[in-house]
This record gives sequence, structure tokens and C-alpha cells, in this order.
Amino acid sequence: MTTLIELTAAAAAERVLAGEIDPAELFDVYRSRAAADQLNAFTWVADGGPAPAPARDAPLGGVPLAVKDLFCTEGIPSQAGSRILENYRPPYTATVVAKLTGAGAPLLGKTNQDEFAMGSSNENSAFGPVLNPWDRSRVPGGSSGGSAAAVAAGLAPWAIGTDTGGSIRQPAALCGIVGLKPTYGACSRYGMIAFASSLDQAGPLTRDVTDAALLFRHMVGHDRRDSTSIDFPGEIELPRTETLAGIRLGVPEELSGEGIEPGVLESFNATLKLAEGLGASIEPCRLPHAPHALSAYYVIAPAEASANLARYDGVRYGLRFDADELTEMYSRTRAAGFGPEVKRRIMLGTYALSSGYYEAYYGTAQKVRTKIAEDFSNAFAKYDFIVTPTSPWTAFELGSRTADPYAMYLNDFCTVPMPLAGIPAMSIPSGLSEGLPVGFQLAGPAFSENRMLAAAYALERAIGFDGSAGRM
Amino acid sequence: MTGYEPVIGLEIHVQLSTRTKMFCGCELSFGDPPNTHTCPVCLGLPGALPVLNARAVRHGVLIGLALECEIAERSLFHRKNYFYPDQAKNYQISQYDVPLCLGGHLGEVRIHRVHLEEDAAKLIHVGESGRIHGSDRSVVDFNRGGTPLVEIVTEPDFHSAKQTHAWLTLLRTTLKQLGVSDAKMEEGSLRCDANVSVRPIGSTTLGTKTELKNMNSFRFVERGIDAEIARQIALLEAGGEVQQETLHFDPATGRLTSLRSKEEAHDYRYFPEPDLVPLAVDEEMLAAARAELPELPAARAARFEHELGLSAERARELAFRAELADYFERALAANGATSADVESPSADSIRSAGPDPVAVANWIPQLVERIGSEADPAQSKVAPGALAALVAMVAAKEVGREAARDVLTRLVAEGGDPRAIVQAEGLGALGAEDGGVAELVDRAIAADPEAADRVRTGNAKAIGPLVGYVMRESKGRADGAEVGRLIRERLLNQQ
Repeated sequence: MTTLIELTAAAAAERVLAGEIDPAELFDVYRSRAAADQLNAFTWVADGGPAPAPARDAPLGGVPLAVKDLFCTEGIPSQAGSRILENYRPPYTATVVAKLTGAGAPLLGKTNQDEFAMGSSNENSAFGPVLNPWDRSRVPGGSSGGSAAAVAAGLAPWAIGTDTGGSIRQPAALCGIVGLKPTYGACSRYGMIAFASSLDQAGPLTRDVTDAALLFRHMVGHDRRDSTSIDFPGEIELPRTETLAGIRLGVPEELSGEGIEPGVLESFNATLKLAEGLGASIEPCRLPHAPHALSAYYVIAPAEASANLARYDGVRYGLRFDADELTEMYSRTRAAGFGPEVKRRIMLGTYALSSGYYEAYYGTAQKVRTKIAEDFSNAFAKYDFIVTPTSPWTAFELGSRTADPYAMYLNDFCTVPMPLAGIPAMSIPSGLSEGLPVGFQLAGPAFSENRMLAAAYALERAIGFDGSAGRM
Repeated sequence: MTGYEPVIGLEIHVQLSTRTKMFCGCELSFGDPPNTHTCPVCLGLPGALPVLNARAVRHGVLIGLALECEIAERSLFHRKNYFYPDQAKNYQISQYDVPLCLGGHLGEVRIHRVHLEEDAAKLIHVGESGRIHGSDRSVVDFNRGGTPLVEIVTEPDFHSAKQTHAWLTLLRTTLKQLGVSDAKMEEGSLRCDANVSVRPIGSTTLGTKTELKNMNSFRFVERGIDAEIARQIALLEAGGEVQQETLHFDPATGRLTSLRSKEEAHDYRYFPEPDLVPLAVDEEMLAAARAELPELPAARAARFEHELGLSAERARELAFRAELADYFERALAANGATSADVESPSADSIRSAGPDPVAVANWIPQLVERIGSEADPAQSKVAPGALAALVAMVAAKEVGREAARDVLTRLVAEGGDPRAIVQAEGLGALGAEDGGVAELVDRAIAADPEAADRVRTGNAKAIGPLVGYVMRESKGRADGAEVGRLIRERLLNQQ
């Protein structure tokens, strides 16, 4: 059993396909581990019935998958970490989940998250906070904190989450695992309970880069149910390169200096040295509008959320508090169903879209968004990838930042610009700072995932991060 | 008292007759059990996404072309936010500042814009009133939710309620001819709101407008607008001011009640719909739509008037109701054939030897009067060729006008060949050379000597009773004009 959980997902799949491992046993091992979860990473775990048998030769080999709560799964609670979706069981399954289970990754469980993916510490969940497996007094990051903690702790071989402003990469960094936010449109959003539609993307959270590539390979593709999805040009390859020869890395001043914790910066600089050793060239560069990304993000994302969350009114599904008057029913239901951070963002978004304020807020934010995309495209004319620390700091103490929303928003300082530009980015563990994992972020042009995974793989080999201390 | 000029603009919502809804694969329905045509998308379930119906876009483009609008190469969908149980998402996907069609006109009325959007679900208020106030509860039927709509907004180019009624008839025919909608107001597939204001005649600034909502027949639109014009004028005359508000017209009582005032107006917080990509209409789509455009009522009326010589009024009367125009053209093409097996009419067959178009056109209202004003003559027992044959017989004086009306009544009831009916019933015209007419003229003069005297002394109108006598006695077989000529000849030549 110990040996089973020490295998990466890709290695486990390979052994299942070679007939060396029984997928039912693999599923049971993880099911018992997930059921005994002490991190509050799961909100639902597959019951004790017979393990779903993978189709013969299914490429993902029956290696079980943990899925962020906000992906709709037919007949299985999908509550997006919110009380307003209490006991909500959707009548259909999200495209990405259906693709992965179809490729042979059966659903192991649903993972805890910040409510409607709004948060960076997983403390905004109606199901309570998730604990960081490296130090249970600390947060795992968010919003895909349950998925990140489950993978880091070996409660799940691999997981999927969503990233809107950093919700895959930041918890991956804080938990010492790999997280990929794909190019906008690479994966279908159909069945993903929306936070901010123009930013949300599904992606893998895995133990290593190869697992991320394998899982991602089976997530991509145009979906006729999502008009914003597009076919990925070419197949996702499993990375093999061990060199970075000829690769040009740009280090943006704006995202790698002030405000970054010394331990994080140290690990970041050490990784740059390793990259140089692998043949990469490293140069400082500019993303002049990146410091404004957070402000633009906190107008655009709440604006979209204010409309996306309007449907939770108690009329058709989820929580309802009855009242004599319709508007009273609405307000009692929403008052009880949404947590404070969700309410704050609905208010922000509603205000930003209001008549008389629209141009000043939403209009300006869209202009900044365009400028940020231009910054990246200018940078990619010179560099293959932009690299930054994923998070300005390592995992912080539970409750230490909940009182100050702005301090919490700063978690996403380095991860927010990429989704605004629609480009892919990923975080890999670069080492430890005071015993806590540090993440190293790569960002590339749209649809550069294959090259990015290859570079990340080469770095991963050179870094030699040992995540076993996080496993339980 | 100053005269006032009403200024009216219309906003028309048209349900498109696509197979499926605007943003999902649910089939459209009317009258099916509630909530049987729904899916995660049109129920607004978490995680569901809209996908634009290509056919609805094509319908929108056809409407835009028919109204001679400029079709945007790239238009946008927006979210229109409002909390109401008839919207599953609590926002409606609509078009806002970059609509599919801009500008254009239909007849003398300019079109401001045409845009695509989704319909709301249907709220059913359970209780005696059937309206929301005083109902016991309200239930929602999502079958209608997500039905494709176009909204057509006119410029304020109407100056009377009657004019809106006539124009709406033209619009409805145009939409039906395009095959893009049933355009039935009673079923809600065509809905009309009106913006109404009045101003002193001669003024060029617009008065404060009110909006009349959801009137469900052309007649009610006309009555509602008339009532609102009268209310506004009375208000101004009494020294008052018109308040900007939304009004509901109750056709039963003729009363206008306020739904909401300007202060209660919604802030819809429009923003671009991130779940949809911009709508691109390329040259290929436009060319395909252009090739598909049928001849539209306005063009058809012009053709009837200029090529066939119909009066402008008659040309519109026929062309603005496609079924009448179709029947008219088949009758012209039939050229005497009385069975329904007439080939589709060609321009040549219409212009050549066939019956006189003006005469045939003048008989169509007679037919309509007999089959009912809403009926399609093609569904009646009168074959287009039979009507043409009857008109030809009248022209050739083979049957009198009066008798021909009776023959038409028989045709409506039984169908068949007018020649056979005339023969079987002995309704053939009595000509001047026919001794019977002369004899009847003599009897008429003998029966009413006073009238005869008045004619003799130059009172032309007095001839009426004498002609009437002959027509009556001949059962309409005599030709009225001919009879008049004979009577005058008899009475005036004697002197």
C-alpha cells in the first residue's frame, strides 16, 4: 500500500495498463485514504461500493481523480463550497469531468474550495477551512485548496481545479505540487459553476509535471456546449526534455521584487541559477501594467460574478428561506446562503456595473486588461517564458489574514496578470522556505503548454523537489 | 384650443420560428404541458452555458435585409441584469450597444435597430384576476424561456394610432412572408410596446413620452394609443404635465394604469456576455440570405400598382396579406381554368391573354366578404381559375354583375365551374337585343309612371327605381348599365 501511494499518477496508470496493478485495489487504497481525510480536503468521497472498472486500455488506467466541488457531477453533491447550493445534485456532469472519467480516471471525491472560487486561503468555504498538509496550522491556499491539499497529502493521486486569478497555481505552490492554468478556451467550462466567466479555466493539480501533462492531455478540446472553447492545436505531449538550451526567460521587475518574502525570493533565485545551468538565458524584463492587474481583476471578476451569482435566488434549486413576499424570500435566502466574501464581491461588481460608474470602473478595467495582454505579447517577442515566484509568500497561519480583504487579495499579485491576458501559466515546487513549499511560476504565450510543460519538466528534474514530507 | 400632434414609436418583439431555443437545443413549443421543454441551459442551472442558435441568426439577418438595415459584421451580446422569476439566470442575454442590425425602413417608417435576444419564461398568476395583483400565487413555465426573439425598434415616425395599426399589418405580413415567425399576437409570437408623446402642432421638440406595454392585438394597440393620446392632451389642456412612466392598457375598461414611474426605472447594468463570442456575419452568410429573400409585401404592392394597374389602395390591400396576393396571382395565371391544377403563374401568362387584373382584383374583396375576413381564399372551395372565369364572363357580358355575385356565393358554398352554374340556373345575361329586357323596361315604366315622368323632365336620379325594377324582375341577369341606357332611350327619345 505504501508503495502504491508513492507512485505518481502517470506511473500508476502505466502499471495498471501493464497489468501490474489492479485498478480496483488502487481505487480502494485512495478511497480509504480520502475517507480518513483529516485536512477537510473532501466534501464528498465515493462510497464503499465496487470501484468503477476502467474501460480496457483507458489511457488514464483507472487512476482515481479528485474533483473540485464546483464541477457539476450528475447526482453527486456539487455545492461550490457554498451554503446556497446546499445538497445541490446536478442533473448533468461537467464536460471536463466526463472526458476524464471517460478516459479512465474514475471520480474519487469532490474537494473543498473557497466559496464560488472566491478566496486564496480556502477559509471562505461553507464547509470550513482546509488544512495545509505541510503544517496543519496553515492554509493550503485557494481557491482550489482541497484539490491541492489532497494531492500533496497523497489522499488523491491527482486532481482538477479551476483558476480565475491564481486558484490553481497559488494553492499548488503553497502545498508543494504542480498546478497548470491552461490557455483560456483550451478546456471546456461547461458544467463548471461560474465565478468570472472570462477568466475561469479548469486545469490539473498533480504531484509532478508528467502527471499534469497526462491529465491535461485528456481535458483539452473544443466543446460544442462552450462557445468560448477551442481545439488545442496539436496533441499534448508528455515532456522528456532535460535541457533548457536556447530558452530565454524574462524576469519581470514588477513581479519579482518588492513585497516578495525573502525565503521565497531566495528559492526563486536559486531556481533561476539552475535554469541557467540547464542552458537558459535569463534577463530582467518589464510588464509595466502588471502592478495594475489586481485592481482590474477586482473590477472585472466581481462584475461578472455579480451576474453569474444572480441565479441563486432560492426559486429553483439549492437553499431557500421562505417568506411572504418574493423579494423578502430572495433577500433572506441570499443573506443566509452566501458568505461574507461572496457578498462583498457581488456588491463590488454590482456597483462597478451601475449606471454612471460603468465607464470609470468596468470600462477602465477592460482597458487595463488590454494593456496587460499587450505587455505580455511584447515580452514574448523577446522571451519564451516569463518567470516569477507563484506566491509572494509561503503558507500562512489560518485566520491570520481574514480580517483584511486587501491583504488577502495580494496573494494573487503574481498570478492575476496571466488570466487577464488569457495565457497559460503553471507553478512547480522550487524548494522549501522554513520547511514550507515555495512555487516557481512560468507563463507563456497562448497554446504554448507543450513547450511550457517541457521546460517545467527540465526544471523539475534539476530542482529534485521531494514532496513526500507532505504526504500523510 | 391648440392642436396637438401625436408622436409614436414602436418596439416590437417577434418570436422566431426556429426549431430550437436561442441558446440551447430544447424544442420550441406552444401549448405543451408546462416545463416539458427545458434543460440545464434554459433553466439557468449552475455551470450551464449558452450556445447561439445559428438559425436564429439567419432569421435575424433576413429581417434586417427585409427592413433594409445595415447588418453588422460583428455584433455583441450583453447581459441585461434584472431580478425576476421569469428569468432563470436573473439576467437576459440580449444585444445592447452593438446590435445585429442598424437603420433601415419599412414603408414610410424608419427602423432604428433590430437585435436578437432570448424570451423570458411565462409567469402564470393563479387566482381570479389572472394578473399579478391579487393572485394567490405565481408559477413559472420555462417552456417559453429562451425562445429566440428579435426586437424591432422604430423611429418615432408614427403620428396616429391608425397608422401604427396599418404598419403593423405590413410588418406582420413581411415577417410571415420571410418565414421567420408565425407573428401571431394572440399567441404572443408578436408583441408590441408603444412610446407615445404629443406636442403642439408645428413644434419640433418631442414631448415627454410614456410607454404602453404588451398590448396583445393590433386593435388594442390602436385603442391603447388613442386612449393615451387623449389622456396626454387632456392633461396638457388642463395645465398639467405628462410624467414619464410605463402604462398598462386594459382593453376591457379602456383604462390606463401606471406600472412604474421613471424613478422606479431599472438599472440593467449591461455588460458584454462573456459566455459568448462576438457574432460575426460574413459576406457568404449575407449572400445566402439575400438569395433567400422572397418578394416582400411593399415591393409586391408596388408591382401590382405599376405593372398591373391596380389602385394603390387595392394593391396594398392584396399585397399586405400574402394569401390574398397569392390567390390573386393564381387567378390571373389560371386564365379560365377552373380546377386547382394551375401551374405557378409566370409573368407572361399574367400579362398576356388572361383576365383583366384590375377586374380580378376588384372581385377579391367580394370573395373575402363571403369566406370571412381572416380566411385564406386558397382554403375555400373557389378555385382561383373559377373566380377568373367568372370575372371574364362579367367582362364579356355573359353574366350580369348582380347575378355574378350570386354565382360567387354558390361557388363559395359548393365550388365548381361558374359557367355550369350560370347555365344550370339560367342566370345568363339578358342583352339589349333580348326581347325580354325590352319587355321588362316597358313593364317598369308602366309600374312607376311618376318616376318615368321625373326622368322625362330631366331628373336623372329618378331612373334608379326603374332600373331596380328590371334588375329585380330579371333576377339580376340584366346588365344594369344596359338597362339604364334602354330606359333613357325609351323615355327621352319619345319627346
